[in-house]
Amino acid sequence: MAKEYRYIGKKVPRRDAVDIVTGAVNYLDDLRMAKLLYGKVLRSPHPHALIKNIDKSRAEKLEGVKAVLTWEDVPDWRGGTPGMTRILDRKVRFVGDAVALVAATTEEIALAALRLIDVEYEVLPAVLDIEEAIKPGAPLVYDEFEGNIVPPEFPLFGPGCLTGVSMGDVAQGFDEADVVVEGTCGYQNLPNAIPPEPPGVIALWEEPQRVTIWASTQAPAVDRMILAGVIGWEVDLKVLGHPVGGSFGTKIVVWQLESFACALSKASGMPVKMVLSKEEHLATFVLRPESRMNAKVGMKRDGTVTAVSGTWLVGTGNHSTTTQAQIAVGCGEIQLMTRCRNWDLKSAIVCTNRNASGSVRGFGGQELKCAFVPILCLAMEKLGIDPLDFIKKNFIKPGDGYFWRDGSWYQYRGIDYSPAMDQGAERFGWRDKWRGWLRPSSVNGPLRRGVGVGVHGNADIGEDVSEAYLRLTTDGTATLFSCVTEHGTGQRSNYLKMIAEVLGLPLEKISISPSDSTITPFDFGPVGSRGTYAIGSAAIAAAEDARRKLLELAAPLLDAGVEDLDTEDGMIFVKADPDRCLPWIAVGHDRTILGYGRFEPDFTLANCMTTFVEVEVDTETGKVTLLEVVNATDAGKIIDPPGLEGQLNGCLGAAGIDSALFEETIVDRGTGRILNANLLDYKWRTFAELPVIKNVVLESAISSHRFRAVGVGEVSTAAGPTAILMAVSNAIGVWLVEYPVTPERVLAALNRVAGGPQGGAA
Amino acid sequence: MVNGSEVDFGIGTEEHQVPPSETLADTLRERLGLTGTKVTCDNGACGTCTVLMDGKAVLSCMTLTVECGGRRVVTIEGLRDPLTGALDPIQQAFIDEGAFQCGFCTPGIIMSAKALLLENGAPTEEEVKEGLSGNFCRCITHYQVVRAVMAAAQGGE
Repeated sequence: MAKEYRYIGKKVPRRDAVDIVTGAVNYLDDLRMAKLLYGKVLRSPHPHALIKNIDKSRAEKLEGVKAVLTWEDVPDWRGGTPGMTRILDRKVRFVGDAVALVAATTEEIALAALRLIDVEYEVLPAVLDIEEAIKPGAPLVYDEFEGNIVPPEFPLFGPGCLTGVSMGDVAQGFDEADVVVEGTCGYQNLPNAIPPEPPGVIALWEEPQRVTIWASTQAPAVDRMILAGVIGWEVDLKVLGHPVGGSFGTKIVVWQLESFACALSKASGMPVKMVLSKEEHLATFVLRPESRMNAKVGMKRDGTVTAVSGTWLVGTGNHSTTTQAQIAVGCGEIQLMTRCRNWDLKSAIVCTNRNASGSVRGFGGQELKCAFVPILCLAMEKLGIDPLDFIKKNFIKPGDGYFWRDGSWYQYRGIDYSPAMDQGAERFGWRDKWRGWLRPSSVNGPLRRGVGVGVHGNADIGEDVSEAYLRLTTDGTATLFSCVTEHGTGQRSNYLKMIAEVLGLPLEKISISPSDSTITPFDFGPVGSRGTYAIGSAAIAAAEDARRKLLELAAPLLDAGVEDLDTEDGMIFVKADPDRCLPWIAVGHDRTILGYGRFEPDFTLANCMTTFVEVEVDTETGKVTLLEVVNATDAGKIIDPPGLEGQLNGCLGAAGIDSALFEETIVDRGTGRILNANLLDYKWRTFAELPVIKNVVLESAISSHRFRAVGVGEVSTAAGPTAILMAVSNAIGVWLVEYPVTPERVLAALNRVAGGPQGGAA
Repeated sequence: MVNGSEVDFGIGTEEHQVPPSETLADTLRERLGLTGTKVTCDNGACGTCTVLMDGKAVLSCMTLTVECGGRRVVTIEGLRDPLTGALDPIQQAFIDEGAFQCGFCTPGIIMSAKALLLENGAPTEEEVKEGLSGNFCRCITHYQVVRAVMAAAQGGE
């Protein structure tokens, strides 16, 4: 057990390091292919309209145009959950909705052709606000969704899919409380993760029905599953994953762009590339769902939560693919941070005439907490409870249970994260800086500082299935076959480190296959925080299986039992007498050994991130400056120190902490247009504005796989936004319950009568 | 000159000619196959497409190829030592510090850092941050990047 690892926990350059720093990594748009066509989309200027007439004849005559498709031409392919959304429809449902598709020999010709398509619209009344959308008489985005309420089922999670949290007796719980508060809070600023590489795809349709997709997606096997649901399971569909230039969860829902490219390739007989421009990416691609909650919380003086009831409205835009899943996971996550016996929390998915929502890092839990925690804080304030004490008391402890996404009850077998929280607090100086609710930690003229703390944890670290093959070649090399793409976490390199430890091989003797769905076994992909435990377990199991098969072949040759043997650096030897040894090739130069590993879902472990923040508010200008962040977590055994640091520093961007400070997608409520759909007007953090970040990472022995590690990367964004709201409220002495805390909001809050919760504390 | 090699295009609208409206980013990527230069915003806002022109950082998405006559352009592919193939000290420092995650913005950041160090061989940390403030990165590699650039600067003294 005490054996020193060769690679695990060591700083080892990622396998793709040289390619990245020399520009040699081929992202989707870097692929070159003969006879490639370029696909472009004509988009609706209206948030809600019927296409009365569409004339594509002029566009079709343009030289170089190979296909023009409208709703009248495309197959009846439908996506979304439930599968209601046609890839092109007679009705458009948001500004930017696809009206027609063009494929041409150059991008310029394709764009010129778009301008030659004549469309006559019948403009319909639109609805952009989720509360307006559910009122009687509101325009219906889909005739099938009464009241614009989308069905809550997510088939993949089974018939028990969580749509809320229901247990105990809330009336009795409220009776037991020392204080009962009620409030409303929203996280509706639609922050966009904006990976730098835009969403893109190349599709080749070969008759009768063989399709190859080159995709920028986190999870090719899941992408294949989703796309097959749209274009038909009878299609022989192959998805080739590529290095992804950032995803943050968003490039899981790319079926729309892929189905456009499929339709164009089917019509033209040639491969078609479609890459969104940055403006299209910001204006038309999936966004984080919007979240608004009205809730009532009962709390005792000691911080025990006695009851929670309320309604969680989730705005999904013009359709949903993963929103139901985000709600199910969010409802699980809220229980991880709030130990409470009495719940009556309901949810509703509302569709409106804006972009569709998709999956984004924080997957449901971040959305739910951002709306719920400020309401919890109202109760803590009334009782004078330090939020750090609350978090420590209420975050899940070994032996507690929870309903997870499939509706089943799971008992938590992980660790108590209080030590990580304590060490984070110490590093931050929480006990010195915390002065009580709505009280600044220091005042210097117009500058007021405040502190806040947030927490997030997720039992998704063991969600879904991963499989892996591990092929040993008897010359002493190994190849991992895994349907996992590299999207920035370095996990493809980390699996090689794990395998190197299992097989005792030097890292350079191990390689990894492309994430090609035809040669790799199924993998749900590096989504959520499942990369380290779930995918890692499959890779480890495949390596262990291959190792056992190798030793079984060697045992008779060494006249020993399998259990007596070990292997190191391509030699097999008897542990008690290492001089009795053979090279791998002794089992046959003409032999391939194939190991198989499978990870079955395990929802009994969770990760945890506690984020402390200090802000300074200029009460004259309203500007909020983030001074310091401390992230405290326990990752179990650290696999890759620089990769972990990068993931934790990622708490700021990609719709994390900065979504509480300044990031937002601004939708004009009159026209339905997004006003800041470019990188000049959408605010993002630059190198010149970096706060101090300190990461406190404990390495407890967590009962995951043999390396006792769990993933924590995904959750680093999720704990911060509520901490920011708390810190700014404390700095200025007034509750803020809207994101982001723009100067306008801060000044408006300061101009209100001093003090007094604005969230509707009762 | 691109990465030390002479490149000559006629200007015009024929297939083999460079139209006056073509950006340097397109010429590098589509005509010369130098896809190490990545494009994010195509609008001058994000620094991803940064290359060197006569030793200064320029945004290749905002530079017209017709303006590049007689200039020396260096892209990420041209940073390695042409004879030995050795990585530039900045590239090596990025590997040593693990100063990338998805890597898409990395070539542009490295080229901005190269321009900075050509102008100021011993920058302060603040000068590095200022020098890279036009480069967009969403994974938040900023902290590791600043360390890498400082290490490269110190190593180069």
